Amino acid sequence: MSETTHTSTHDNHDANAPKIYAAVLGTLLILTFITVAASKIQFGSGMVNVVIALTIATIKATLVALFFMHLIHDKAMNSIILVVSFTFLGVFLGFCYTDQVTRDDLKPLGLKVKPPVVAGAPSAAPAVPGAAPAVPAAEPHH
Amino acid sequence: MANHPTTLAVPTPVKEDVSVNYITSPKGLMSWLTTVDHKRIGIMYLWAVLGAFLLGGIFALLLRIELLTPKETIMTAETYNKVFTLHGVIMVFLFIIPSIPAALGNFVLPLMLGAKDVAFPRLNLFSYYIYVVGALFGVTAMVTGGVDTGWTFYTPYSTSSNTQVSLMVLAAFILGFSSIFTGINFIATIHKLRAPGMGWFQMPLFCWGMYSTAVIQVLATPVLGITLVLLLLERSFGIGIFDPAIGGDPVLFQHFFWFYSHPAVYIMIVPGMAIISEIIPTFSRKTIFGYKAIAFSSVAIAMVGFLVWGHHLFVSGQSPLASVIFSFLTFLVAIPSGVKVFNWVSTMYRGSITLEAPMLYAISFLLLFSIGGLTGIFLGALSVDIHLTDTYFVVAHFHYVMMGGTVIAFLAGLHYWWPKMFGRMYNEKLARIGCGLVFVGFNMTFFTQFILGSRGMPRRYYNYLDQFQPLHAFSTVGSWVLGAGLFLTAGYLLASLRKPYDAPRNPWGARTFEWETQSPPITHNFDFEPVLLHGPYDYRPERKA
Amino acid sequence: MSDSVTAVKEHSHQHHDSNLQHHFATYEQQMDAGKIGMWLFLATEILLFGGLFVGFGLMQAKYPEAFVQAHHHLDKNLGFLNTVVLLVSSFTMVMAVHCAKTEQRRKVLVYLLITLVCAAIFLCVKYFEYEHKFHEGLLPGKFYSHVGDTVPHQFVFFSFYFMMTGLHGLHILGGMGAITWIFFRAKRGDFNHDYYTPIDLVGLYWHLVDLIWIYLFPLLYLIS
Repeated sequence: MSETTHTSTHDNHDANAPKIYAAVLGTLLILTFITVAASKIQFGSGMVNVVIALTIATIKATLVALFFMHLIHDKAMNSIILVVSFTFLGVFLGFCYTDQVTRDDLKPLGLKVKPPVVAGAPSAAPAVPGAAPAVPAAEPHH
Repeated sequence: MANHPTTLAVPTPVKEDVSVNYITSPKGLMSWLTTVDHKRIGIMYLWAVLGAFLLGGIFALLLRIELLTPKETIMTAETYNKVFTLHGVIMVFLFIIPSIPAALGNFVLPLMLGAKDVAFPRLNLFSYYIYVVGALFGVTAMVTGGVDTGWTFYTPYSTSSNTQVSLMVLAAFILGFSSIFTGINFIATIHKLRAPGMGWFQMPLFCWGMYSTAVIQVLATPVLGITLVLLLLERSFGIGIFDPAIGGDPVLFQHFFWFYSHPAVYIMIVPGMAIISEIIPTFSRKTIFGYKAIAFSSVAIAMVGFLVWGHHLFVSGQSPLASVIFSFLTFLVAIPSGVKVFNWVSTMYRGSITLEAPMLYAISFLLLFSIGGLTGIFLGALSVDIHLTDTYFVVAHFHYVMMGGTVIAFLAGLHYWWPKMFGRMYNEKLARIGCGLVFVGFNMTFFTQFILGSRGMPRRYYNYLDQFQPLHAFSTVGSWVLGAGLFLTAGYLLASLRKPYDAPRNPWGARTFEWETQSPPITHNFDFEPVLLHGPYDYRPERKA
Repeated sequence: MSDSVTAVKEHSHQHHDSNLQHHFATYEQQMDAGKIGMWLFLATEILLFGGLFVGFGLMQAKYPEAFVQAHHHLDKNLGFLNTVVLLVSSFTMVMAVHCAKTEQRRKVLVYLLITLVCAAIFLCVKYFEYEHKFHEGLLPGKFYSHVGDTVPHQFVFFSFYFMMTGLHGLHILGGMGAITWIFFRAKRGDFNHDYYTPIDLVGLYWHLVDLIWIYLFPLLYLIS
């Protein structure tokens, strides 16, 4: 890569920079409005709303990274660092979530966890869901 | 890129005056405490980690004495719980993780690259002081009552234990930042401070190992930080994330913990592999076999190492689906590790091998690491793991990797670079005896534990069945042999420091940059402008002319 | 390649050579190293906050109704206001970097000052939000004392709310300290076309703090 062309694009970029930054700020503010507006509408399941909100947030984050953090003009290595860090965060979330939604309750193994003994309570009474919020195995949610 | 010409960059003078060097100038304690010289910081780290190794080692010897008999021998059960916890915490956080990168790496890496210093010298010093502060917190936790949770701090026990868990967790949290800053420094140094002519594939393989290690340090350690903060807050405020009594998920703690701590296993072993990749070609007088394969396998281990943490949770209530995925991915790590071992052996094949102490340690590493790695594959298999989980088999496996791998490699590197660091040769004969004692003692101690584990001896148990006593006693005797070897090593290494400088620039005939400057080096590392003229493992015969 | 390196070296020679550390050959090398270092630090920040995001996501999956109920206690308007304030501060920060690079020293100071004011506004708004929560007993963990909940486990939401916004707030405070530091350096005239690395790096940090808030706002305030 020729170093001279690199410098001249840099100078062009410098002259236009304030306009670009202002345009990016405008876009970010508009996207923020859209996020709030979208949150007030219920799109089917709650999941859709979350996906919309996170998609818009990611677009905003990308704009900030590319323009405010100069990644668009910067050495590729810095972009790689950012992408890799988000990738590994994704790996972390992905595996933990996979485990959580596919995990069985302890029940099929035949383990019965007794609720905390309350003085005076009849000991023969079966565990009522909700009466023992302390026991994870009794939780209906995964 | 001009690589692989046939002449040495700088001919080694026969006798030279090395009295002006990084150790002697400037003088004074303050000049050491405020230094930004990577070599001095490396040396300060070295003494600190060796101190931690001594402390952790004493705890280990005490544990083995306690296990000599099936009932109480020298300590109560409560003390025993604290001693194995402290042994683990000290060895992992204070010794192994910083040992090779922060101590040896700090000293050697810039020299190998032909740089004057690391990219951020002040950050380097800062990381050292963070380490010291973390260590002080750890020692405070130790003397004010100790910790009995095991080094993994599993919930829900760690949220309810009345020992000094909070203080120790804080210490580990602080130590994490020291590790992060070392990692940041090394990555930036390798990217920006290589000598003219040194492309990525002209770097010594040690630098590739340090780079891979640094990537893990940067990406994984912050998660440990936040995990420990969450644990602290769970203990003090009951935030409801890990404690099942208030609706938290203890398995989630294990996910959080092992997302760091499994990659941390590679923070420990990859630097060890990096040292072996230097020593084997030097003492075989032969170009490394499969440079790129070794370089990329380091990076591959670092990356795949992030995808396997769930194999610590096979019996923790993790979902069967997650277990199957993690088990499969675990086998993948064996591929780059195997690539390395085969390449090292191929490097030795038909080389002109000499068996000085560093090479003896390197060969010990090959044997011990292979055993440690292969037994890891047993444990990665779901059904076998369910049988062997929490037995001495696991204890033996990770000691073969951590001690037989990393610590042996650390000792190899220490002997290899000792003349460069301190300008003195040590007693070679004693070094060989020491290495032999360490090797024999290590195998006596830990191979026995494979047998114990496969027969059902559970780990972390204070008392055990009478039938296990002969093997336990044998293991304890082994620990004494091992201890004797290490004390002998400490003795002759320290004794060498009393001698005048007698090490030549390049005592082993190695080909990397650090051997071209004087021993010990001057403060700015090189008395000439380092330019790469030949590859790091260029032992072609023309050179002998 | 080597020509351009010498060119940079000669060009920068007339300026402050004391700003070039001894182990670097050129300003370009020093700046690149600084940037890589800062980006790596930002990566650690992403994973540090990431741990909290993962914890939040998984606990939300575990107690969805509790989280939806609990988030109604947050003031969306204040959250929105703070988002706007932080976005504007990011803009003024990047302008300050731009002006440092183009050697408009007065403008640098003005933009840095606006950034600081925005940060202060953000923290003030946060203070009022926190005070309101304290008043209602919407506190993390065992301090949670809000009455009249229909769904249990709402305290978990507030544990995460305080941890995430608290850690973020600490980063804002740290950023204000860093901005004040470069403000005085800029005032002293330390920066020029070749050497503006510190202000650039502080800028990167400040944008990351903004970037994290971009995710925090919808996750905490707008979950349905």
